Amino acid sequence: MSKQLLMGNEAIALGAIRAGVSVVTGYPGTPSTEVLETVAKHNDGSIYVEWSVNEKVALEVAAGAAYAGARSMVTMKQVGLNVASDPLMSLNYVGVKGGMVIVAADDPGPISSQTEQDTRHFGKFAKLAVFDPSTPEEAYSMITDAFVYSEQYGVPVLFRPTTRVCHSCASVEILDSLPKKDPEGFVKDSKWVIFPRLAYTNHIKIEDKLVAMSDDFSQYEKNMLTGSGSKGIATGGVSYAYANDALARLSGDCKLLKVSTIPFPKKLALRFLEGLDEVLVAEELDPVIENELISLCGTHGLKVKIKGKLTGHIKNAGENTVDSIYGAVGAFLGKNADSNHCPPDLPPLPVRPPTLCAGCPHRASFLAVKEAARGINAVFSGDIGCYTLGNAMPLNMVDTCLCMGAGITVAQGLHRTEPDRVNFAFVGDSTFFHTGIPGIINAVYNQTDIIVCILDNSTTAMTGNQPHPGLGRTMMGSISEKISIYHVVSALGVSKIIRINPFNIKDAKAAVKSVIPEKGVRVILFEAPCIAVAKNSTKYVIDRAKCTGCKLCITKLGCPAISFDENKASINPSLCTGCSVCADVCAAGAIRGETL
Amino acid sequence: MINCMIAGVGGQGTVLASKLIAAAAMRKGFDVRTTETIGMAQRGGSVVSHIRMGHHIHSPLIPLASADVIIAFEPAEAVRLLPYLAGGGQMIVCDTAIKPFIGTNAENTYQASVMTDYLKAHVARLTMIDGDALLAQCGNAKTLNIAILGAAMQSGAFPFEADDLTCVMKEMLQQRFWEINLASFEIGRSMSYAK
Repeated sequence: MSKQLLMGNEAIALGAIRAGVSVVTGYPGTPSTEVLETVAKHNDGSIYVEWSVNEKVALEVAAGAAYAGARSMVTMKQVGLNVASDPLMSLNYVGVKGGMVIVAADDPGPISSQTEQDTRHFGKFAKLAVFDPSTPEEAYSMITDAFVYSEQYGVPVLFRPTTRVCHSCASVEILDSLPKKDPEGFVKDSKWVIFPRLAYTNHIKIEDKLVAMSDDFSQYEKNMLTGSGSKGIATGGVSYAYANDALARLSGDCKLLKVSTIPFPKKLALRFLEGLDEVLVAEELDPVIENELISLCGTHGLKVKIKGKLTGHIKNAGENTVDSIYGAVGAFLGKNADSNHCPPDLPPLPVRPPTLCAGCPHRASFLAVKEAARGINAVFSGDIGCYTLGNAMPLNMVDTCLCMGAGITVAQGLHRTEPDRVNFAFVGDSTFFHTGIPGIINAVYNQTDIIVCILDNSTTAMTGNQPHPGLGRTMMGSISEKISIYHVVSALGVSKIIRINPFNIKDAKAAVKSVIPEKGVRVILFEAPCIAVAKNSTKYVIDRAKCTGCKLCITKLGCPAISFDENKASINPSLCTGCSVCADVCAAGAIRGETL
Repeated sequence: MINCMIAGVGGQGTVLASKLIAAAAMRKGFDVRTTETIGMAQRGGSVVSHIRMGHHIHSPLIPLASADVIIAFEPAEAVRLLPYLAGGGQMIVCDTAIKPFIGTNAENTYQASVMTDYLKAHVARLTMIDGDALLAQCGNAKTLNIAILGAAMQSGAFPFEADDLTCVMKEMLQQRFWEINLASFEIGRSMSYAK
């Protein structure tokens, strides 16, 4: 046994390997991505690992493996579970043979997501168990428990870490591996085919299982009851750590209930409520534990005040912090939780919004479309990926962003309402494969006038450069046939397709201009690799003698490598990647490339 | 328990620095917890790492007014973290400003001297590192993070020895990067500081 410094996502991966997982699938999404990557990194060859094309596909592949008796795991971020919700809802009615764990990472804040949804609700909606770790070391052992419960009940289970578990590191005691069983194989049986009659009988079984699981979970070691008194704190996830921190700093004592599972451990919670006057519920995202406690008090006629998000004692949006829970616990226990150190007025601090990298090909693509569409009544529908950052000034080229693949389809609805406007939709290469293709088929089939700009940077950039079907590299290290976006679009019946390198700004602009007056679906494929996957040996410099200080390079591009001092622009050589776009926009001819 | 924070701008190598500190503390038998902002706050955004070293640590986040040590790779980011500094805590600050990209918002800029003057007036235990001199000696912006760790080591910021840090550097970095990083670490340790 040894201790290792592990990130929560690494702990989940190593825990799953220890538990004998043999098939792992997923789609990248912050804060979940490193789970699958870590499995792939530590794969001794006995585990099948893939980045799937989207979360629905990933969940179905993992389900098939579990049908055949393998332990399988599927990883995604919380909004990915929305994409996978169709198989998720039915799978509980069918069941699994091998243990199957669906890791869906929630993102309170949100730090890098479009919603603050709570996967525990998905568990309740789909009538599935949810495991909710509070630390990386707990996640390491809890993932084994998740596989065991999944097999015991013959159903998939959800595993829901949050960002502060996924992306925090801790010293984790590494345990010996567990014996791995060979999967039995798929055994043909009518139970694998869902029909209304089977759904009805299985629904009854599911409800019975939920009651049995709640009883089981009242005995589960990671659901815990400690402390004493007439006040109690109920908590779970990373908020449990914050509550413990607060109690230690305040020298406070009260009953403390840690809830790590759905179904809610009702019997344990009843022992917690016994003798209490009031409860503070400290949890993140939705008031799930809070509502369970209120319901329990109603069912059992208990007179206990429940305070939490519904009463305004815990904020109902955003991430909890060690300080916010400290304040809430202090107020609840009637202890002074003032922070005694208040620095004097700070000077104004710079704002550092996320921005497209210096040299990002998306900047060039947006610039080409922006200039080509100047003076035209156009709407630019965006999508999910690095290119969402094209909304920032000065580019200002993202008018809508909803969810994966929605840029292409929202543009179609906009067109149906205002046919005279020109509708552009932007989609990245990985998003194209994920959910972009059906939208293009829909537009071709329904003869919709839109211009789809596919920003192909040869990677899934936002989440840290994962491969996708267009690249031909797999997570097993093999090379497969690259799936050509051009040929896919062509096969869908799009007759107007232009491939262009966006760094060739003048040609790119001309290409966009040429398709604007046309009708039907037009596709422009902007092809240039992400700066993280391609290096350039040229850097650009500004000749200060020629620079007129007009700021065009700054106000048109918003490139982080260009700054402005003493009435002249300059390029930071450590950030410049040699993309050349600034040289194209400079009216004074002051910017030139230098080969290193 | 020792609470240490690292502040910087995306791309400066704060995440590696925090991993090295955590690993060195584990060599000394401490348990550690760390957390940081990643995700959308990638290149060019403010990055903050929390590192807690000790025993029975609950939260990965360090509470306000509780950081024993703040190492800032950039002066404005140092000021941003000041509410976290414990009474009597120390700060190690590299004085080279990294200006935010300006776009169309020309007001979004600042002078490094405003930040360093403010820190000098409000932080009793302050080590200010001359970033230009450090860069000149290292000859490479990529290992400045390691050089700043060296300076922090020499300021008594850590509950471990320099050897612990050099050992974990060898464990965590590829061998071809050892020489340049170990050299930068020594440069940081031997720098004379402009207070």
